[in-house]
Formats: sequence, structure tokens, C-alpha cells
Amino acid sequence: MDKRSAKILVFSTEKISDPAIDMAGLLKLHYPPQVFTISVRCSSGIKPKWILRAFEKGFDGVFIAADGSDCSYGESCTEKTGVIVEKTHIMMKEMGLEPSRLRMAALCSVCSEAFVKQIKSFTELLLKQEN
Amino acid sequence: MEKKLGIYICACGGNISDYVDIEKVKDAIKDEDCVILAKTTMFACGDSNQKDMDADIKANDLSGIVVASCSPKLHLTTFRGVSERAGLNKYNYVHANIREQASWAHSDNKTGATEKAILLVKAAIAKARLAEPLVPFKIKSQRSVAVIGAGVAGLKAAIALSRMNDEVFLIERESKIGGKLHDLDTISPEQISGKELLSRLEEDLKKEKNIILLTNSEVVGNSGNIGDFTLTLKISGSKGETTKEIKVGSVLVATGFNSYIPADGEFGFNQIANVITLPQFRDILRNADSKKFVLNGKEINSVAYIYCVGSRQVKGENKYCSRYCCTAAVQASLDLKKKYPDIQNYHFTKGVRTYGKQELIYKESNRVGDIYIQFLDKKPPIVTELDGAISIKAGDLLSEKKEIEALADLVVLVTGMVPDKDPSVGSLFKLPKGRDKFFNEIHMKLRPVETVIDGITIAGTCQGPKNVMESVNSALSAAAKSHSFVSKGELELEPIVAYADKSSCNWCNACSDACPFNAISKIEAEGKEVASINKSTCKGCGMCLPVCPTDSIELISFTNKEMESMIDVLAQ
Repeated sequence: MDKRSAKILVFSTEKISDPAIDMAGLLKLHYPPQVFTISVRCSSGIKPKWILRAFEKGFDGVFIAADGSDCSYGESCTEKTGVIVEKTHIMMKEMGLEPSRLRMAALCSVCSEAFVKQIKSFTELLLKQEN
Repeated sequence: MEKKLGIYICACGGNISDYVDIEKVKDAIKDEDCVILAKTTMFACGDSNQKDMDADIKANDLSGIVVASCSPKLHLTTFRGVSERAGLNKYNYVHANIREQASWAHSDNKTGATEKAILLVKAAIAKARLAEPLVPFKIKSQRSVAVIGAGVAGLKAAIALSRMNDEVFLIERESKIGGKLHDLDTISPEQISGKELLSRLEEDLKKEKNIILLTNSEVVGNSGNIGDFTLTLKISGSKGETTKEIKVGSVLVATGFNSYIPADGEFGFNQIANVITLPQFRDILRNADSKKFVLNGKEINSVAYIYCVGSRQVKGENKYCSRYCCTAAVQASLDLKKKYPDIQNYHFTKGVRTYGKQELIYKESNRVGDIYIQFLDKKPPIVTELDGAISIKAGDLLSEKKEIEALADLVVLVTGMVPDKDPSVGSLFKLPKGRDKFFNEIHMKLRPVETVIDGITIAGTCQGPKNVMESVNSALSAAAKSHSFVSKGELELEPIVAYADKSSCNWCNACSDACPFNAISKIEAEGKEVASINKSTCKGCGMCLPVCPTDSIELISFTNKEMESMIDVLAQ
């Protein structure tokens, strides 16, 4: 694996953050190619065991692109996604994983620049932790 | 039964293959489990490839397809259609996005982009191995469309929708309809005035029975989805403000543009008297005395037009061409000449773009003696006051960069279009914007009036600079698209719903609490209380999945197996 960059799994939502990530590509706002996106319907439907699986299989970081208040499934989305992250953080601590390796941020359907910024700062953090 | 998968890797005419080595991708995946066919193609979406896919599916008895190409927003439906036509269940098709999320996102790193593309295709294959055939749900759709903005695009779209028997809510924030048509004089090449065009449209509008016109109205709330949006309107009237809710199946946005306003000092604007913008010029000309053209106490005998102000900027942000302004300026100068034949016009251009039939008025302008000077980007016009007149100096392209000076009594800055300054509609519907800050369509050629937000179309200049004819064309196109969402009265929805495993579930209420749609209830089964998920009310958000203490709930198409197999592949 290319160690100049951290390997990040992004859980992104089909309706809201996928378009933002796609548009980052369209606008050629570059970010490291070690960042992979898996689409989900809503960020509040991500199972902690999927996140833990990603760490177990070798991902350095997991990034949840939450719908925030834009979620078409309702306003409780952010709070519920927050609970998932909190729960997973506790599980990570128990397993000896640094909780900051799981990050969540709200991304709207046009937040391409925000996505790239988040990914770059997350990559930096993960690389710092490694050294 | 083991799946038989066919994999297609698209070059996208270079959009992908310029950065991703697609032959390498093909070689890397061709021996994956279940893959019995792997091909690269110049355009996966092209007719010939679609025919090839059809033949391949039949000849090889394929049970699943993966196309690695652009974003699924663009062609997921296309390839599901191909699969379906060839006799496959369309949910056995899986899409891999190696353009927006590989070749374009990593165009700075070809090796990285290729390695990422390989893993993305492998992950799609992993998912395709597990994909199950599904039958879509149908939902009722409101047979109505909201058209936001009653300028030329909104009016045309509303009339077209009404003629197709859709109920139309035509929503206009101003007190009168017509938008920018009120400010347009001669429209080229049709040679009718904005007022005439508007009165024709008003006549047409009166004949339509299906249009509810709401002026002084703004959209302030939006909820729901394609087929069933609920919009909240704020209507100002003589008795104060009222709110109203309407239900529509689709929303057509036609909110228009603003004219660029030059900065103070930009070509002397707001600093030198008699330096004005094109909209100001048209307004003054319309009301000017018929014998003598006098402005700010000065008789005007010569006029200089500076083109591309606020458009095609070398230093500024507006890189785009505003399309309409060359024609509008030439037309305005002809209108001026018609009224005052002795006035001399000087046009300082960056190359005249009176395309198509509009070329006729450029020819006419040359015939009546107007002088055209094409200036250089490096030596743009410098506007200064000189002995009671205005001097315009610029580097001239045709005389080998010699500086040319003209003296004029009036300078008209030919200003272009900028996005509507009111951002409320864009942010309410979360419409994506392009690099030019206008609303963005899904695809310039393939899906030119649709947005990534299902059920919302865009028309006219809110999408980018257009002249009247182009605005009308896009309005008719958007009307046809919005109509297609509501016309059948029902829409097909993806059958992505959650289901509970009765054997491991011990009813605890957590899933039911998490469900925003009241889709989960308690039933008796296998001698205990368990959760049951109502398929028709479940929206497939998955909020119930992570809260289950026994992990008894799965979401179709996002099952543990599918998600974990993709995670495993991507982690390689």
C-alpha cells in the first residue's frame, strides 16, 4: 500500500453526498486515490460492524458523509448517525483502535469542496497517527 | 446456482481511458470468480455497445452485468434497461463509477486512478455475485407540476404542461409575469419586441384551464420526493402575508438570471458620466426623444460598445460566454441607428458571436457603416475622459496589435448574465451548481434539463446563459421531462426495503422506535414476539439496521454479505 496516503473508506449516501463526491470529480478537485466510496441509502443505516470490518481488513480510516438536515428520510438522521458513531467509538476503544480513525461530517449534495477538504485533513491526521 | 457475469469497461471516449488504463483494468478482473466475459468499449452507452451487450447476455446466458463507466446518476437506468430488454432482471445489473470517482477525481495520478478503478470494478463484481432479482414497487404520483418563475421559460413551460393536461402551479415572486421580457426590445433574429412576445404569451396563458397563477409568491418550504412534493408558499397580498401548501409530482425551476453589474471603475463605470450598461442603454433609448439623443446634457453623436463585460473574463471568475449579449448589442446599435441615422457606432469586441441566423444582423450592422475593432485580451479597452468626450483605446488584433483609439460621447458596456442573486430556490431544493455558478444539469447532452434531485427539472437561464429562443427550447424540454414524471399517475420505485429475521429477533422495540415511517410493528411468530416490516410503508432508509441488538434486520441490496464483500475487496 502506498504509505504516502492513508486508505480511507467513505460511506456516502446515494441522494445527498454521492452527488457532491461525483461533482468533486467533475470539477477535478483532486483527492488521494486511496479513498473509496461505498454508497448507502442513509447515513443512519450504517452498521457499526461494517465500520469495524473495514478497520479489520486494513482501512486506516472510515469517513461517514452524513446527510445532515438534508436527509430525505427525516430530520432524525444526523442524531441517529451521531449515535452510531458514538457507539462505534466505544467499541473501537475496547478493541484498542484510536477512535479518531472514524470521522463523520455532514455533506450536502453540492458540498464538493467541503468533501475534498475533509478528506485531505482526515488523511493528514491518519498519517500523523501512523508516524 | 453460480452467477455468470459479463463486465464492460468504458473508455468514455477518453474521459476515462485518458487517465485510467482500461486494458489493465480488464486484465485485472477477467479471472475473478463468476466472470465469464470482460470487454472494454469506447462508449458503453452507445447504441452499438448496447446491442453487443444484448447479444452477449443471450449468447452466454449471463445472469449478471457490471458496467464500469460514469456516475450511476447518468447511466444506471440505461444499463438496467439493456439488461431488462435482454431478459435479465434489472437488479442483477451493478454499476461501477470509474469516471467521477476515479479518472476525473484522480486525473493528476494515472497509476492511482487505475489501481482505484480496478478495486471499484472488483467491488461491483462482488456485489453482482450476490445481487438478487427484484420486482419494483409502484407509487401514485400527483398529476401536477410547480413551475417556479414566470419569465419566458416559466411561461412557455407552464403553457406546454397545461396543454398536456397536467395541473400547473405557476409561481412568480414579482407582482407581474414576464420577467426580463419587460426589459427586452427587439429580439433577434425573430425581430419582435419583448413586450409583443409577452402579450402573445399572456394571450396563450389566458386560454389555459389547467394553470393556477400565483404572483407575489415565494416557495419557502419543500418536503417529500418525486411524485409527491409538498411545497409551502408565502404569498404577499394587500391583507398581508399568507401561506399555502401545494402538492405536486414534479418541480420545474425557471428562476432566470441577473445582468452583470460592473464594478466601480470597470471601464469607467460609475466614474465617468455616460458610461452605462447595455440594459441601462436599452432603457434610455426606449424613452429617448425622437429627434435628438441627449444624455446627461450631452448630445450623443457617437457610441462605443465594449463587449464581454462580465463574461469570458481573463482575470475574473466568469469564464463563460453569455451567448446573448453580442446579438443584443448589435441589435441595440441597429435600433439606435434606425432612430438616429447619423450616429456613428464603434464596437470593441473579443470576436463577434452572432451565431446562426443572428449573423444577418451583424451583416446589416456592417452595411450601415458600424466599425468593429477586435481587441486583444492583453490590451483590453482603456476608457478615459478626454476634452468632454470619452476616449477608448485598445490593442487591435487586425492591425498587428497597434493601439486604436476612438472618441465617443457614450460608452455602452455590453454586460453578460450572472446567476439570479436570490439563492433561496437553489438552497431549498439543494440544486447543484456548476463551475459557472448556474444550476447544473445531470448531463449537458444526455440529460440536459434534469437535476440530480429526482423530479426536479431546470429551464431557461437559471441553468446558464441563453437567448430567448434557447430559453424557450429548454423550457419545452423541461416541461416534457416533468410531464413524464407525473403523466402516468404512478411511478416505479426501487423495491429496496428492510426485512427482519424472525428466528433471531426478540422484540425489543428499538427498530420500531428508530423507524420514521411507522413501518415496523410487533407480531406473533414462531411462538414469540417479533418485528414485522411493512413493505409498502418502508422507505428503505435503513435506520432500523444499526439499532437492532441481535442484528436481525437486513436491507435488500445492502445486506451484510453484500456490504462486507465490497469492504473486503476495497481493502485489498
